Amino acid sequence: MRKKLRIASLFLAVLVLGFWFFKGHNTGWTRNTVFKPVHDPVTGLDGSVPERAFIPGVDFLAIGLGLAALQFGSSFFIRKDA
Amino acid sequence: MKTITLFLALTGLNLAAFADVENFDFKDPKGVNNVVFRTDAPLESINGTATGISGSVSYDAASPGSLKGKIIVDAATLHVPNAMMQGHLQGANWLEVAKNPEITFETTSVDNVKTDGNMTTADVTGNFTLHGVSKQITIPGVKITFLKDKLKDRFPNLQGDLLVIRAAFTIKRSDFNINKGQFEDKVSDEIQLNLSIAGQAVH
Repeated sequence: MRKKLRIASLFLAVLVLGFWFFKGHNTGWTRNTVFKPVHDPVTGLDGSVPERAFIPGVDFLAIGLGLAALQFGSSFFIRKDA
Repeated sequence: MKTITLFLALTGLNLAAFADVENFDFKDPKGVNNVVFRTDAPLESINGTATGISGSVSYDAASPGSLKGKIIVDAATLHVPNAMMQGHLQGANWLEVAKNPEITFETTSVDNVKTDGNMTTADVTGNFTLHGVSKQITIPGVKITFLKDKLKDRFPNLQGDLLVIRAAFTIKRSDFNINKGQFEDKVSDEIQLNLSIAGQAVH
């Protein structure tokens, strides 16, 4: 049980890190909106249209890794496997 | 007879003077019109945009200094990338969007007008209303581009002209009673605004 919990926490940490990295490794706060650039060739105006998206940031990383650390730490309160 | 002739001549002159004044509608079906805002504080830099723009401007290409109008931004369309931040921005502690749904700018005078071809630059003074507080501001170097008969290039079934307005200016949130003197490490007092809008006058 103790070992399984530690493996699960390691898996969670890798999952959180991987998700954060491959979703743009954003070092700011988590973004729920991205601005898609739009250009109007007639007026020459450049604008941006907000679109819903999920770009995990450092807060996501901190919470995810914190949970993994908590899970790992909790394994110390479980008896060693026989 | 002389009086009638003079009256007709003056009426004719007056009509001629107003003949080229067009009213441009700034509700943009293409969704390109936007205001970008930026705060640059020591701890955080926030960029956002607003797309819900409407209003109308009257403009005479022969007399660009006669520009007059009102631009309205729907405060509910102010977007920042983070949902929690957006909630705070529009909420009761900051912009109180439910109570103050519109951000407006209404012109009062136009000075320093310089025209080169279809492009005019001018300093536009007007009343800027934000968070329910109105303040007179002058926006220097507003770029106004008049695009004659170009509406059909945007909307093939419509005939008319386009008016493009670009402006960059800075306001202080403290001037508009938005958490004066508070949270300046995260949200700067000075807010940079970039306006890029196009209006249409259908013939």
